[in-house]
Amino acid sequence: MVHAAKASHIGGCLSMADILAVLYTRILRLDAADPQAASRDRFVLSKGHATAIMYATLAECGFFPLAELDTYCRDGSIFTGHVSHAVPGVEVSTGSLGHGLPIAIGMALAARSAGAGSRVFCLLSDGECDEGSNWEGILFAPHHKLDNLCVIVDFNKIQSFGSVAEVLNLDPFAEKWKAFGWHVEEIDGHDVTALERVLGGVPSPSGRPTVVIAHTVKGKGVSFMENKLEWHYRSPSDELLAQALAEVGA
Amino acid sequence: MRTTFIESLSQAASENPDIWLLCGDLGYSVLEPFAAKFPDRYLNVGVAEQNMAGIAAGIALSGKTVFIYSIGNFPTLRCLEQLRNDVCYHGADVKIVAVGAGYAYGSQGYTHHALEDAGIMSMLPGIEVFVPCDPMEVRAATRLIAGSSKPSYLRLSRQGEPNLGAAVTDLRKPRILREGRDVVILASGPIASRAVEAAGELGRRGRDVGVVSVSCLKPLDEAAIRDAVRGASLVVTLEEHILRGGLFSLVAGAFAGDAKRPQVTGIGIPEQGGKTSSAGSREALLDAAGLSVQAIVARIEQSLPTR
Repeated sequence: MVHAAKASHIGGCLSMADILAVLYTRILRLDAADPQAASRDRFVLSKGHATAIMYATLAECGFFPLAELDTYCRDGSIFTGHVSHAVPGVEVSTGSLGHGLPIAIGMALAARSAGAGSRVFCLLSDGECDEGSNWEGILFAPHHKLDNLCVIVDFNKIQSFGSVAEVLNLDPFAEKWKAFGWHVEEIDGHDVTALERVLGGVPSPSGRPTVVIAHTVKGKGVSFMENKLEWHYRSPSDELLAQALAEVGA
Repeated sequence: MRTTFIESLSQAASENPDIWLLCGDLGYSVLEPFAAKFPDRYLNVGVAEQNMAGIAAGIALSGKTVFIYSIGNFPTLRCLEQLRNDVCYHGADVKIVAVGAGYAYGSQGYTHHALEDAGIMSMLPGIEVFVPCDPMEVRAATRLIAGSSKPSYLRLSRQGEPNLGAAVTDLRKPRILREGRDVVILASGPIASRAVEAAGELGRRGRDVGVVSVSCLKPLDEAAIRDAVRGASLVVTLEEHILRGGLFSLVAGAFAGDAKRPQVTGIGIPEQGGKTSSAGSREALLDAAGLSVQAIVARIEQSLPTR
């Protein structure tokens, strides 16, 4: 998709691929035939730029035919370069960072009020944690004991214009969430067994919202993309695409 | 206005269990009756307007009607992008309610003066914008937006505003506060009371001046406004807001394409950039900004075509 459309953000797509795979195959209670069911779990993609992997996941899960992905970023397509709620299965459009968590909190409040047992999962990027609006939400959710809310941070250590450590250091990251009152899980974000274990633990018996700090590798699975800032922007050539596909076994 | 709003909202919430109210840690001595009556649908989110707007969108996208309440610039400008993306782009059923229109917070100073909000809110896609002039219009507006299923902005002043005219029949239409055909003053918000006073003074000077409240800025009923000013030799807009983006811009823009259009004089608050704001009551600040009744009368007399 990214190659065909000469699009970008493939590095941040690959870092979260395993997270989406576990969420959509093992965790989320969703029905592709009835994507608006009131009692569904919600998934909010706050790092809305990592959209190719989001659309691909939804297609694989049957929300729409795989062939529709060929229109990604093409004229007239619903598949825009930042995630769009015009696409079946997408809850909200994002792209400006720091918007997803407050929306997810609202959904978690409404779900708790409805009493249907819905859970809300929200995926943030690490760079996005620079946004103050997230910290408003991080302060709010434990105060209101939103145990049906789970934030996952795709902590790939590289943001838009440099490393997280250089641009605006988040460490000690887990301690910050703990101090705000969250149930914190810190795992290898490519360990699908660990992902299934911690994501399946929502709602947390602690009565607190859960954050999963998922340590990931930007560009995971493709040797020349791994931990390279440039793959936030570049689109692979024909040769590099072939090599990448071979490396991930596609 | 605040009290009328919360009474009207409480009544609407009694009839509709999907109505929620969020506030950004403001509303002392106003919101308590709602909070007491509907504790499960009331939330003080704290001093965090971006979070409040996003939360409101999330609740609304789960099938509810969510009011968010704070002072002037806080639930509007502070979280503008959340309103644009999360609320309006998704068509989320969120109602933004701001108190302290214009100079209502008087001596509290510039940060608490809402001077650009109505124009900025009007620019958002798919939103409806209401600037009521009196408690009767507040009641009608609250009822209307509670059932509209659309993003809405409700701009309130503070307290003690008098009713200015007869019962509101259709809030979306201009409401005649004073009959008159020679000059028609279109006013939005409680500043309309000064329009009525100015019209009275001009009447004593032999002018036939009407006053019309335009409380629905968006969608602006352009046809009804054309009807309201038909035959007038001068149309005046009066607003407690800067001219850019407010009632004057909207009315002048509506007439711009007409082959035969009336002269429009805009009276509003001058832009404040780089100049410090003085302390003063709302009334004193309006006078200083050139919106005293005498100044309004003078501006209209200057603008009138010579007889």
